[in-house]
Amino acid sequence: MEFDTIAAISTPVGEGGIAIIRISGEQTIPLVEPFFSGKDKLSVLLSHTLNYGFFVDQSNVIIDEVLLSIMRAPRSFTREDVVEINCHGGFLVANKILSILLENGIRLAEPGEFAKRAFLNGRIDLTQAEAISDLIRAKTDRARAIALQQVTGKLSDKVHELRGRVIELLAFIEVNIDYPEHDIAEVTLDYINENLLSLQSELVLLLAQAQEGRIYRDGVATAIIGRPNVGKSSLLNVFLKEARAIVTDIPGTTRDIIEEYVNIRGIPLKLIDTAGIRKTDNIVEQIGVERSKQAIEQADLLLVVFANDEELTAEDLSLIELIHETPTIVVINKSDLSNKLDEGLLHERLGDATFISTSLTAETGIEELKEAIANRVLTGALSSDENSYLSNPRHIDLLRNTLVSIETALLAVKNKEPIDIIAIDLNQAYHFLSEVIGEAVADDLLNMIFANFCLGK
Amino acid sequence: MIDQVITRKNGLNYFDLIVVGAGHAGVEAALAAARIGVQTLLLTITLDTIAFMPCNPSIGGPAKGNVVREIDALGGEMGKNIDKTSIQVRMLNTGKGPAVHALRAQADKFLYQQTMKETVERQENLTLKQALVEEIIVEDGKVVGVTTSTGSKYFCEALVITTGTYLKGKIIIGELAYEGGPNNQIAASKLSDSLKEHGLKLARFKTGTPPRLHHDSIDYSMMEIQSASEESINFSFDEVKNDLEQVPCWLTYTNPNTHQLITDNLDRAPMFTGMIEGTGTRYCPAIEVKIIRFRDKDRHQIFIEPEGLHTKEMYLQGFNTSMPEDVQLAMVRSVVGLERAEIMRSGYAIEYDVVLPYQLKATLETRMIDNLFTAGQINGTSGYEEAAAQGLIAGINAAHKIIGREPFVLDRADAYIGVLIDDLVTKELHEPYRLLTSLAEYRLLLRHDNADLRLREYGYRLGLISEEQYNRFTVKKSAIESEVKRLKETQLKPTSDILDRLKQFGTTAIDNAVTLATLLKRPELSYAEIEKLSPADEDLSTDVKEQVSIQIKYAGYIEKQLGQVEKMKKLESKQIPKWIDYQVINGISIEAKEKLIEFMPENIGQASRISGITPADVSILLIHIEHRNRGRGN
Repeated sequence: MEFDTIAAISTPVGEGGIAIIRISGEQTIPLVEPFFSGKDKLSVLLSHTLNYGFFVDQSNVIIDEVLLSIMRAPRSFTREDVVEINCHGGFLVANKILSILLENGIRLAEPGEFAKRAFLNGRIDLTQAEAISDLIRAKTDRARAIALQQVTGKLSDKVHELRGRVIELLAFIEVNIDYPEHDIAEVTLDYINENLLSLQSELVLLLAQAQEGRIYRDGVATAIIGRPNVGKSSLLNVFLKEARAIVTDIPGTTRDIIEEYVNIRGIPLKLIDTAGIRKTDNIVEQIGVERSKQAIEQADLLLVVFANDEELTAEDLSLIELIHETPTIVVINKSDLSNKLDEGLLHERLGDATFISTSLTAETGIEELKEAIANRVLTGALSSDENSYLSNPRHIDLLRNTLVSIETALLAVKNKEPIDIIAIDLNQAYHFLSEVIGEAVADDLLNMIFANFCLGK
Repeated sequence: MIDQVITRKNGLNYFDLIVVGAGHAGVEAALAAARIGVQTLLLTITLDTIAFMPCNPSIGGPAKGNVVREIDALGGEMGKNIDKTSIQVRMLNTGKGPAVHALRAQADKFLYQQTMKETVERQENLTLKQALVEEIIVEDGKVVGVTTSTGSKYFCEALVITTGTYLKGKIIIGELAYEGGPNNQIAASKLSDSLKEHGLKLARFKTGTPPRLHHDSIDYSMMEIQSASEESINFSFDEVKNDLEQVPCWLTYTNPNTHQLITDNLDRAPMFTGMIEGTGTRYCPAIEVKIIRFRDKDRHQIFIEPEGLHTKEMYLQGFNTSMPEDVQLAMVRSVVGLERAEIMRSGYAIEYDVVLPYQLKATLETRMIDNLFTAGQINGTSGYEEAAAQGLIAGINAAHKIIGREPFVLDRADAYIGVLIDDLVTKELHEPYRLLTSLAEYRLLLRHDNADLRLREYGYRLGLISEEQYNRFTVKKSAIESEVKRLKETQLKPTSDILDRLKQFGTTAIDNAVTLATLLKRPELSYAEIEKLSPADEDLSTDVKEQVSIQIKYAGYIEKQLGQVEKMKKLESKQIPKWIDYQVINGISIEAKEKLIEFMPENIGQASRISGITPADVSILLIHIEHRNRGRGN
């Protein structure tokens, strides 16, 4: 049998030095190949070999050092091409790797799906069918329980509400189709468009919330960069003195004790390369552009530190060149000393950045800096009292698919496609939303039609 | 015993197949079986109501029209019969996509019956008799014959029961209730006892019909006229002659007075007094139900439709009722245009027994009694088209069982007929079932226009489509294929002539050469324009052009649906073995077990559609089957 390509993190969620992401399916090798950088390309690797390399993203940025094993069909667990990526860094990196795969043509596996394929392809030799049944069922129940747990409070209501609106729109369209001669208002493209746009913006908001949820859960990779002696170390100390913490009070997070976290206004900042920060400050040496470059590439947030009492140097400028799209806060330290720094030039080169003046020794500007960090990181999609958020990749995946369906429908409306064509995409959206909340009832549509519209032959 | 069987088979009372009931399902079953070559006996309570339309004298509409086309593509009779006898034809949903275009025709009701009766009488291998069947005769779990009210016995190899709403039929008008079939026919009062005795589970359903008014007592000046469409459009894929006069319908509305009248008399309404036990359908509610449920609507539509060219009876669509006669008259006369209307036949509700269809296989054979098939409204459906479709399938399968051929089953991606039967055998039926386009997941693939492309091949192989019909079909099919190919391969260069014409057509210019197909995909262009840019080598019929246009314009969405179909078929192909014992499976819920035992799905796909079965249950089922298969293999 041939199936699409699926992936999942095979190791338990939580602590662990190594995580394994397993991918199986028809297209495993071509789909994974662009992201594995090793001595040879994935497609030529021999089956049942363990290969050292790097997992990279679309822009060839290294995500992690990995050991990749490849088992070519039919000699694998599922009898399909299987690739297993052994990565370090615990849950965070594994999730990142998984996300990249999911964005590139691979689907998240359902609980027990690898085992299911193994069976369907006649691979698994069961001696204890019941044991596996239980396992699968437990996984499903737990997945369901986790799902329900995660989708709590306002978010669950929101998904229900969205689904209700989709089905109302669908019912209106369907009644127009199935009862064309009846005394019922005609559903117009304008009406459909209006409703679709509103659904679209809600979904975009929800997904932003998901992103934010993940920020609270997984942390923001933050790099503090700058020349020696501008105050990077002092900044680090300020953060650590105040709130060196592994975030424990937000539900659903996992511990990642290898990284250094600081808690800034509830946001866990995962500081990158703290050792490097200390090193370049303590020893007068070249910046080590390579090191900075790496830090910048990994970071979701950049704190670039300059000294107010020094002019910009060539090193500063080359550092600035490395910064591209990453959200940046420019920290102008030693503000208590007389100004020699050409701020104007900085504004020119780093127009998008937020500028904060501090004097770390005098302890001024620190609150403003924390405020700026919070503002930079959060889009404001989650208000501070909302504790509910989406962080489950399965749900994010489904909501993303829902958004795609809605947007396809919008395109169809724009092209003035007939309403039954638009209904196809709406139906898909409905099913994706149903999967989020664990329900998929086809009778809903009929019930809605007959509840809302007076019909009869 | 064997002697007895041989004697029976040689007797005059033996037929390979007996069909009980000559309604829309019965005639399709009988004709199909006879045409396949099986000796068939068609029994009916009266020869005067063959293919009778007890309710709306019309055929078609969304989803139903598609079914009629499918029946015709397969070689059934309904499409031709309505084409011959229609007095108004309209294409609905023309402002919407091709997937939902639907043909609907008003029939001259009496001519419809007459024409079908003639077809039945002339059919080779088919014997028609008037008889009231009271019992089925079952031996060793297999049906072998029937007994009639006069004491006659007829024997058979297989039996198809298509008794519509006659099983223990009860007519209810206001405070009056009496045993009867539709339109004051006699009911079949004993047959359902016999079915129950042999283990079939029955339920009680209800449907209704509006009053018929005298044409001359209606004031049409206050109503909106609905004329017949100008073009002649046919259901059948074959040429059918119809010289009948085409007549209009009229539209009027109820008003607050009507509603008030109804409300004032609710204590006499059987719908609300509890006189009616049977479950009615949401799809066809009585007018008294409509005004209660939708109190804020101040008017409801009523269509006034002629029942035939040679009768003064007019049908009141949308005015289904079982109110007492005097109330009916007052209600009718409160409507604008009907102030002086005379009722020729009162409206009524009818309650009847149905066989719950989860007891059937996809071939419509009952699971507990071999060679016994049920089809039509007896299975809890509503609608002539739904009945005819079932009759056709049951007739084919009964015939196949007799001559030892493979069962014939259509799935949800093949046809609305497939959707209908799959829904019947996998879902719990709580009310009369009616087809809607929204029930078809693959609606875009099951269009009015491509029924022959989907099914004519089957019809030919079944022996219901002649060589000549089939040849015409293959010619049409290859014309479509070549034209689609031509459009995909022919490139248009951006010459000034072409650019001019594109501008004329109101579409953007092209920079490079593009295929005709790419242009056709543009929403603002239709095949007509493409034809002007680059005509086909030969003259193509409208049908062919329409097909080509749809296939190209909706290619993307069609692909999407085909992808979904593939996924569905994978699950369908996973058969559930007959030896399976659901009781011993660990890990599925009790509800799931109960459902599986009761519904006995044939494959995993079907199992997954039964309400109460979750995806987790399906996984476990798969594992269990695989495990057992290994065990048995050893």
